[in-house]
Amino acid sequence: MQNSAEQIRSLVFDALRAALERPVELSDDTNITEGLGLDSVAVMDFVMEIEDALDISIPLDRIAEVKTVGDLVAAAQDLKGGH
Amino acid sequence: MALFDKYAPLMGQFESLESTGYNPFNVSFDRVLSPTEGMIAGRRILLLGTNNYLGLTYDPDVIDAAVAATRNLGAGTTGSRVANGSYGGHRQLERHLADFYGRRHCMVFSTGYQANLGILSALAGKDDHLILDADSHASIYDGSRLGHAQVTRFRHNDPDDLDNRLRRLADTPGDKVIVVEGIYSMLGDTAPLREFVEVKRKWGAYLVVDEAHSLGVLGRTGRGLAEAAGVEDEVDFIVGTFSKSLGGIGGFCVSDMDGFDILRVASRPYMFTASLPPAVVAAVTEALNQLRHRPALRQQLMDNARRFHAGLGDLGFQVGPEASPVVSAIMPDPKTAFAFWTRLLEAGLYTNVSLPPATPKGLALLRSSVSAAHSRSQIDHALSLFADTGRELGLIPAEPAIPTWVKHPTANLAGTEPQDALAIGFRNQLLARLAAPSKAMAKYYSAFRRQSPGRARIVGDK
Repeated sequence: MQNSAEQIRSLVFDALRAALERPVELSDDTNITEGLGLDSVAVMDFVMEIEDALDISIPLDRIAEVKTVGDLVAAAQDLKGGH
Repeated sequence: MALFDKYAPLMGQFESLESTGYNPFNVSFDRVLSPTEGMIAGRRILLLGTNNYLGLTYDPDVIDAAVAATRNLGAGTTGSRVANGSYGGHRQLERHLADFYGRRHCMVFSTGYQANLGILSALAGKDDHLILDADSHASIYDGSRLGHAQVTRFRHNDPDDLDNRLRRLADTPGDKVIVVEGIYSMLGDTAPLREFVEVKRKWGAYLVVDEAHSLGVLGRTGRGLAEAAGVEDEVDFIVGTFSKSLGGIGGFCVSDMDGFDILRVASRPYMFTASLPPAVVAAVTEALNQLRHRPALRQQLMDNARRFHAGLGDLGFQVGPEASPVVSAIMPDPKTAFAFWTRLLEAGLYTNVSLPPATPKGLALLRSSVSAAHSRSQIDHALSLFADTGRELGLIPAEPAIPTWVKHPTANLAGTEPQDALAIGFRNQLLARLAAPSKAMAKYYSAFRRQSPGRARIVGDK
């Protein structure tokens, strides 16, 4: 199953809003840790939701490189569509 | 200061704790008096947060062994085992541990943290995969980062999620190494090891179990969760520490895998650090001997663990899912955790505060660890301080909540006609504890008499 960047982006937005338990303005440029105040473990936990939805595993070194929502969308799309 | 600007938020938090005069992350003991008591700021404090599970730090034979080793072999080794040579004691301790576990190989490390660094970084190479339980200790995460393997994590204690992760990797080359812990250090819960072993076999992966908090605690002979679950043959590597039940410092890994000893010249945290000093090696060797030959310590430890875990649950605190020497009360937020911790310390009880990201699911925890060395009255005293503080802070009901043991009334006392399960439960609990009445139980008793005057007829009552 291929997922478009748009589908992955809306998945990421939904998972982030669920993790934060509050409504937030999100864009590709939103910084996940500094902008939204998630600590490193909270980021890894919320990434699990994305991994489940897309049936992928994002290695921890890739997660560590993620700064913005856009970075995460790109990483997920790369792993999803890369094979 | 620019170099430390990145720590500004952390610094703010740390300084605000320092300004209160009670910073749980900067505690200093004037003296330690025994495995269960110490002095802080000139006051005698009951210790309930030291991971000293078997209370062996003050065992006379352990101390004698350390003193003799220092006199005979000096204060330190001043070098690494690879570059500067092993002492006889290092080899002997490795043989004793291998024998204890019934394994062919053992490597000893200078700390438990380094054991995970050294094993995980060396086991999994560039094209291999480490699959970690999400709630793994920092040393497991750091060991994974030190190596060059791809690292992914699965949901805590979830065999189905582990299965999913391994399925996704099925077509990817490289070995897969699963890492779990025996007892998790934050909530005291254990891994579903039998289920994990099934998943491991299905996908042909390797399994590492970190028994840091379960060595000397679980299993018929104290070898840990793998022994308790009856799956030792399926665990490829057991990692552990000397700094908890064995009362010293250091770490180890045991295995039956052919070629294991090559790790001695491949594992950087083993090669490039000074070896354990003679005193520690001798003390740990004797502590292991005590662990093996005094099963009563383990029994005492688990009695205390169950008493404290059930006691906190009965008072209305939210605690971890199972009784283990690690007992954490879940706090509503970090601020309350600090306030609770401070009040307990002022009342003479030392515990730990654990906060995210070190804790699972963003929980703020007031963490305790019990010891075999705690007396029953020390455990009950700690419970009564928790009860007082919990009520002061409005975290638990003013009156005792309906205890869990009410659901399991057992005895049927002759000559009485109990009206309901609550009465049976209260009475049984009172009977069980009459031998050692405590402040907490006195409160239970008087509350019960107030509520059910007609039924408060117990043995010895007028």
